[in-house]
Amino acid sequence: MSVSIRTQDACVDFPVFDAKSRSLKRAVMGSAGGKVMADDNVVVVEALRNITMSLDEGDRVGLVGHNGAGKSTLLRLLSGIYEPTRGTAVVKGRVAPVFDLGVGMDPEISGMENIIIRGLFLGQTRKSMQRKADEIAEFTELGDYLSMPLRTYSTGMRVRIALGVVTSIDPEILLLDEGIGAVDAEFMRKARKRLQALVERSGILVFASHSNEFLAQLCDRAMWIDHGQIRQEGGIEEVVTAYEGAEAGAQVRTVLDKIAAEDD
Amino acid sequence: MPVDSPTAAQPAPLVSDSRTFRRAIRDLVDGATVHRELWLELGWQDIKQRYRRSVIGPFWITIATGVTAGALALLWSVLLGADVKTLLPQLTVGFVLWAFIQSSIIDGAEVFIANEGLIKQLPSPLSVHVYRLVWRHLLFLAHNMIIVVVVLAVFPPKQWSWTQLSVIPAIGMLALTGVWVAMFFGILATRFRDIAPLLTALTQLLFYITPVVWTLDTVPGGNSERAQLVKLNPLYHYLELVRGPLTGKPFDPQHWYVVIGCTVVGIALTLVLMKQFRSRVAYWV
Repeated sequence: MSVSIRTQDACVDFPVFDAKSRSLKRAVMGSAGGKVMADDNVVVVEALRNITMSLDEGDRVGLVGHNGAGKSTLLRLLSGIYEPTRGTAVVKGRVAPVFDLGVGMDPEISGMENIIIRGLFLGQTRKSMQRKADEIAEFTELGDYLSMPLRTYSTGMRVRIALGVVTSIDPEILLLDEGIGAVDAEFMRKARKRLQALVERSGILVFASHSNEFLAQLCDRAMWIDHGQIRQEGGIEEVVTAYEGAEAGAQVRTVLDKIAAEDD
Repeated sequence: MPVDSPTAAQPAPLVSDSRTFRRAIRDLVDGATVHRELWLELGWQDIKQRYRRSVIGPFWITIATGVTAGALALLWSVLLGADVKTLLPQLTVGFVLWAFIQSSIIDGAEVFIANEGLIKQLPSPLSVHVYRLVWRHLLFLAHNMIIVVVVLAVFPPKQWSWTQLSVIPAIGMLALTGVWVAMFFGILATRFRDIAPLLTALTQLLFYITPVVWTLDTVPGGNSERAQLVKLNPLYHYLELVRGPLTGKPFDPQHWYVVIGCTVVGIALTLVLMKQFRSRVAYWV
């Protein structure tokens, strides 16, 4: 089965329920009084509007845009968490979302058990996670500490675990949201290398980030998301220049040139 | 969540299948097969959580159940002259089963709200959260069954027969009911936040009108015509489905007819609700 993402005029509208409309009492009494409490009485926030995109195996797309522009919502749409309220989104392939590194972690159980549960969340089996456990343990450099309950871990150590797990699997579609901070510089270098290897293994990458350098390293296309719409799509340099100005574009160019020089 | 609907590689018109029975059923089936290990593990961790830093962990509930049932049996026997030997097994099994029924309804209504973080961060079928809940409560039920075994060992039923084995499919029916109840009320209560407190109050009421702490044999006037109205309460049949065989009552197919009927209707309603609103839960939580 080929890996692909197709969306057509996909919209994500969030209903904003206040106590008035979320309450059953109002809905019942409203209809009894002859007025139908339909959805049009609910305030709706259009988080994404008319997203049409088509991604295939080998696509590496970076998402840029302001806070609240809809980057994270778009990633959730592509992961299948939000099914479009209007339009369609068809995602073929095993999705590995890396959004919030803390979710799905249980503070009371050990780091090792958390590694296995996280793997299960990402569609792995218990057996395959146990096979990978040693490798992940080595990568996280946490050693014997992995048998301690997670609540004794620092934020950085938790991020190491989350990164260790997600980089150990072979996702067909990798969706990365930024916020992989809180790790020390040396570990970040190591993580970056593993992330790059992961990106190479995965069929499709969609990466939302404010770091132009990181975008240039991992992606070959970019999309500018603005007010819930795709404002511009194209090469990274082109899109970043349009979004942040010539200076940022030049910075991307330097990184791209550097990568090209390293490849030669 | 991978979607393998037959769409051509060309930008042919895509049709959204979010609101189809196919997706609703696939949610249930995928949850039960592909993601089985996930909820088995999570439910198990929920139980282990209770043991952590506590010496007897979930057995606290077992002990509380045992003490309450014992005290009530004593009270009834003193007040109404009821026979402790038949009453104690009745009450114990009743309490243990009620704990399962009650938590299926109350926790079921909160199932998606409680898992908001997971629902918004990790794509998985909704049924995963439901199965995890039912599995957790089955494990609690297993803990509580210890007290049932003890009581039945001390006060064994007068006669045993093969029909007593119907307790096994009966518990299976309870679990199946737990699944549709949690899914059904879970979806509704996520949309309408009044439903959860409403159900809590209602369950309390049901506890009193269902023969859990009383039986038709122990209350005065229990044999009257009017007392037969109790049989209109489907929960009575759910309870008897398991309690009957455990306390050595003769097999009564009536309970099975009612329970199977309720299950068919319940699952049908749940599927309709899932078809319409399954894809909305992530927006509502």
